[in-house]
Amino acid sequence: MHNKTIAQLSAGLARGEFSSVELTQSYLERIKRLDVQLNSFITQTGDLALEAARAADARRAKGEAGPLTGIPIAHKDIFCTQGVKTSCASKMLDNFISPYNATVIERFAAAGCPMLGKTNMDEFAMGSSNETSVYGPVKNPWDLQRVPGGSSGGSAAAVAARLAPAATGTDTGGSIRQPAALTGITGIKPTYGRVSRFGMIAFASSLDQAGPMAHTAQDCALLLNVMAGFDPRDSTCVDQPVPDYTATLDQPLKGLKIGLPKEFFAEGMEPEVAAVIEAAVAQYRQLGAICVDISLPNSGLSVPAYYVVAPAECSSNLARFDGVRYGYRCAQPKDLLDLYTRSRGEGFGAEVKRRIMVGTYALSAGYYDAYYLKAQKVRRLIADDFKRAFSEVDIILGPTTPTTAFKLGEKTDDPVTMYLSDIYTIAVNLAGLPGLSMPAGFAQGLPVGVQLIGSYFDEARLLNAAHQYQQHTDWHTRLPTGFEG
Amino acid sequence: MSLNKDDVVKIAHLARLAIDEQSIPAYAQNLSDILAFVEQMDRVEVGGTLPMAHPLDMAQRLRADEVSESDQRALLQQGAPAVEAGLYLVPKVID
Repeated sequence: MHNKTIAQLSAGLARGEFSSVELTQSYLERIKRLDVQLNSFITQTGDLALEAARAADARRAKGEAGPLTGIPIAHKDIFCTQGVKTSCASKMLDNFISPYNATVIERFAAAGCPMLGKTNMDEFAMGSSNETSVYGPVKNPWDLQRVPGGSSGGSAAAVAARLAPAATGTDTGGSIRQPAALTGITGIKPTYGRVSRFGMIAFASSLDQAGPMAHTAQDCALLLNVMAGFDPRDSTCVDQPVPDYTATLDQPLKGLKIGLPKEFFAEGMEPEVAAVIEAAVAQYRQLGAICVDISLPNSGLSVPAYYVVAPAECSSNLARFDGVRYGYRCAQPKDLLDLYTRSRGEGFGAEVKRRIMVGTYALSAGYYDAYYLKAQKVRRLIADDFKRAFSEVDIILGPTTPTTAFKLGEKTDDPVTMYLSDIYTIAVNLAGLPGLSMPAGFAQGLPVGVQLIGSYFDEARLLNAAHQYQQHTDWHTRLPTGFEG
Repeated sequence: MSLNKDDVVKIAHLARLAIDEQSIPAYAQNLSDILAFVEQMDRVEVGGTLPMAHPLDMAQRLRADEVSESDQRALLQQGAPAVEAGLYLVPKVID
């Protein structure tokens, strides 16, 4: 069962070939047997999953099943889950049992998707390698010596190793697309505001967006159909109709105009990665797309601007963790200041503290204009570059990452080098656009992802373009050695 | 901008973060590297560009001023480190 896509599993459930209980059990068994190698789950929720699977089967028996009813799913541990530990992979929230559900969690529960567990991640989603988790790093199923990417590294590894047919992720600077690329799966970051952020623990509120991670674009379309939509509980969630993302998957690509930003094909990309991306371009040409060179002149400044904007927002968002109302509290605080500073100093890991301090500095008196205001202006220039590009082309194509998965520990001592692994994904978050990564080949046995970027609320077109590519390639069907059976 | 040990201590205080004495030099180095990196922004002239705070340039949505939440104090305080009689306990602030 574990080699099937959600679309195939859904058909199997509908035909009565297996029940949701059987399907859920088979994934729980795989998690139990194989996750010792990966560390992709922080919390396993087998009993809850089976209870939900029984309810899904009962719902199907009554003829009330939807397309995803009975399909199990894993959720990134950044989404609040009522009655279940929600840690954000931080010591700060190691003891936090959420009293309510995130909207994304509620929507999947209402669709009838049993939750297999909560997946590992970089602490508070701050990282590109899943090495900042207080629960230890996640390993890449394609090579256990390598990182799966981050911050949604547990979700990516779990899906890649077929421990779950799909998982949720969040993407602030590439945290869905980069791990999807490094583990050979498909993931989409929707337009900012497309999916509710309610109950999704905030890192950088003007950048954070949730999205699905799965094997195929078709599966992502099915999942996004559940996730997307207006939520009055998130003031930044956009009140705009949600199309059926599966309805347009089969549209031919003849005449589709694809922009190739010259800045994304410049130095820095590994030659083998470049070769894979060029092959993907050739494939799109064969499918009838017209590929043209474009320029995003300010995209080179996206990582610097991001590392002002994101830390600034993180420093204010994470001010809520004060050791008073929930989460970690230090032992024997001698006064209130000591309670705050030691609870936060002991509860947060090094990368989180670095970002809080960068943000605090950038927002402090005398430095605000030089850093934060400047970064917001650069952000506008980057967004304007995309607007200009989308007046000429339908979608933009480029690499998701400059390299394949790197070795565990390789970049942990040098934050700036780590930050640069998101060089092709970050501009998309600053502009608020949708972006998708899908597997497009291998370099020295490791998966390579190609990134498609769309205009605002044009997720359907990205999924259509990815689906058509996947109808003519089989990269998305490859399984890492050791996880086949 | 290069930060020294005193700068790190000051920023950590503003951020309410206790930092080990021995890790201060490493933070000073890392933060200086990050700031040097973000200063690449100076390569571009931004002049009168309008700062962008929100990707969709949306206005804040308002709702009717009506009660939308019920009292969930007991539930919400279940996860608190220290509560008594419905109040959060912290070390004494005023003598």
